[in-house]
Amino acid sequence: MSILVNKDTKVICQGITGSSGGFHTRNCIEYGTKIVGGVTPGKGGQTAEGVPVFDTCMEAVEQTGADATMIFVPPPFAADSILEAIDAGIKVICAITEGIPVMDMVPVYEKVKASDSVLIGPNCPGVITSEECKIGIMPGYIHKKGKVGVMSRSGTLTYEAVWQTTTAGLGQTTCVGLGGDPIVGSSFIDILQMFQDDDDTEAIIMIGEIGGTAEEEAAAYVKTNITKPVAAFIAGQTAPPGKRMGHAGAIISGGKGTAEEKVAALKNANIEVADSPATMGEAVLRAIANHK
Amino acid sequence: MKIHEFQGKEIFRKEGVAVLDGIVAKTPEQVAEAFEKLGTPVCVVKSQIHAGGRGKGTFKEDPNQRGVQVCKSSDEAVAAAKAMLGNTLVTLQTGEEGKTVNQIYVEAGCNIERELYLGIVLDRESKKPVLMVSSEGGVEIEEVAAETPEKIFKEHFDPAEGLQSFQVRKLCKLLGIEGKTVRSADKFMKKLCDVYTKYDCSMAEINPLVISSEGEMIALDAKISFDENALFRHKDILEYRDLSEEEESEVKAAEAGLSYVKLDGEIGCLVNGAGLAMSTMDIIKLHGGEPANFLDVGGGANADQVTEAFRIILADPNVKAVLVNIFGGIMRCTTIADALITAYKNIGFNVPLVVRLEGTEVEEGKKILAESDVDIVTADGLTDAAKKVVASIA
Repeated sequence: MSILVNKDTKVICQGITGSSGGFHTRNCIEYGTKIVGGVTPGKGGQTAEGVPVFDTCMEAVEQTGADATMIFVPPPFAADSILEAIDAGIKVICAITEGIPVMDMVPVYEKVKASDSVLIGPNCPGVITSEECKIGIMPGYIHKKGKVGVMSRSGTLTYEAVWQTTTAGLGQTTCVGLGGDPIVGSSFIDILQMFQDDDDTEAIIMIGEIGGTAEEEAAAYVKTNITKPVAAFIAGQTAPPGKRMGHAGAIISGGKGTAEEKVAALKNANIEVADSPATMGEAVLRAIANHK
Repeated sequence: MKIHEFQGKEIFRKEGVAVLDGIVAKTPEQVAEAFEKLGTPVCVVKSQIHAGGRGKGTFKEDPNQRGVQVCKSSDEAVAAAKAMLGNTLVTLQTGEEGKTVNQIYVEAGCNIERELYLGIVLDRESKKPVLMVSSEGGVEIEEVAAETPEKIFKEHFDPAEGLQSFQVRKLCKLLGIEGKTVRSADKFMKKLCDVYTKYDCSMAEINPLVISSEGEMIALDAKISFDENALFRHKDILEYRDLSEEEESEVKAAEAGLSYVKLDGEIGCLVNGAGLAMSTMDIIKLHGGEPANFLDVGGGANADQVTEAFRIILADPNVKAVLVNIFGGIMRCTTIADALITAYKNIGFNVPLVVRLEGTEVEEGKKILAESDVDIVTADGLTDAAKKVVASIA
């Protein structure tokens, strides 16, 4: 098993006729993902990357039975595309687009939480279930079917973690890139629970970053709700302060958000923390060994 | 993107958020004119730089001169302006190097009854903007948060609906604001929240927010920053951009589509992806080095961007070695390898270059580097790369 997507997931690409949309649709098809169509307003009836293009998500879902989408629509229109995907009842929505205005995401977040859809991203690499279904921009070959659930706020650092779990012989069930924007559809907690409920996931690694309180919240959640071994890494331990948002930003997080505080919260929840980005794989191995 | 106080107040004035009269000036003569024109017995001469803490900040050239000064005559205002213009103001937020003052805002005085704090930011937890007020006006808000968090009151609002009157009444009750000031606060806070939404702000902070002896709520300061991702729909705000306030190398990097932050160490970094770039800094430090910068070339950088990235890194005189760390996803290692060689030849390297490649087309990329005649130290994995680059300058 796995979470969110598998070999039977039918995927469409919103923005399939754009250069990134087309390029990554091709790569996903090569990986084995069941791409069943694409959406670009005004280009319905055409074919792109060997699949039919529709004007609306509604038609795409009706005619292909798609239950997942990846969005490559440019930032000014991307929030609308997410709303369209929710409206069409698509269950898993991966918004890859980088640079969506925060104010656009405030109402989108409310809508997605009130729906049955799961939004991953925006500004994320996507979701991949190893050797079954790749939705997004990650390099496929570094992923190997296995037992670690990977979730991350970062892009390329996620690849690093995946690669390390692959070379450590552990492999992955599903890898979820949550996205780096201030407002993203899914949090560590949402994904943690999915991994907890997935029989094939034996261990979880969480890759966080400085800023915000997502890691602290996840640590508290792990402590009370997760029975599987968990490892973590926090990027930006040496980033200088003051290069972030001014005053008010520091306040709202109530003094949280620094790497030290995050690491302390994680350790307090018995999470195995990698002190170097080169030892994330080892941290998972340690977490599994210590768990018994 | 940040703007100056006087620009923020221009927006406030336009949108109906109460501010005092004020005139921006670039010379002492203009300051004198402004003083006369305002016609108030007292005016405040305020240095315009993007950093906060100006009132307590002092000048490098004259440690007794503050960044903000109350003046009772035109002569006094001119003297203050002379001590500020062209000089370097150092505040808690500018760092030691300080910032040059090129403009002065001359603002009418007012009788202050109370000083408060007000700020609006996005609350990442609730995914909504939040209005925060505190009775501790004029004080650094981090200080209030750390020492007396009970003095900070918050109300979230929906951008589409705006702040509601009952929320203003709640905040007034908590702040001990009564009588006709409640009506003034209602207009002020609601309009300010509307500004935050309408202009895609990432932060709007007013410290101090004052209540005048006439009972009016007035913004004595205006510190606004905007969501860079939304600037495409705010051409008017873009005109407020003051590039002299931004680090030159960072501006150049942004123009080339790179994300760059200058730091103080000696090992330059070129990485794809923000998380990996931060981690690269971390691992350099872990192995005893100091990163000279954060540089994310992004997902799909081309040879031109990589060349520009090297130019920016090498323009920093502190840089003694460069570490390239690429985990190819969208970016192919072959692309980066070709770009590295081109850049190397175009710029002429005089410092050691350590390269770690992984990801899409890694073997081909490594082959390109090995077969070229450029002097590159290749590394396997993050730890090896960090060790090698630190060793190269030891």
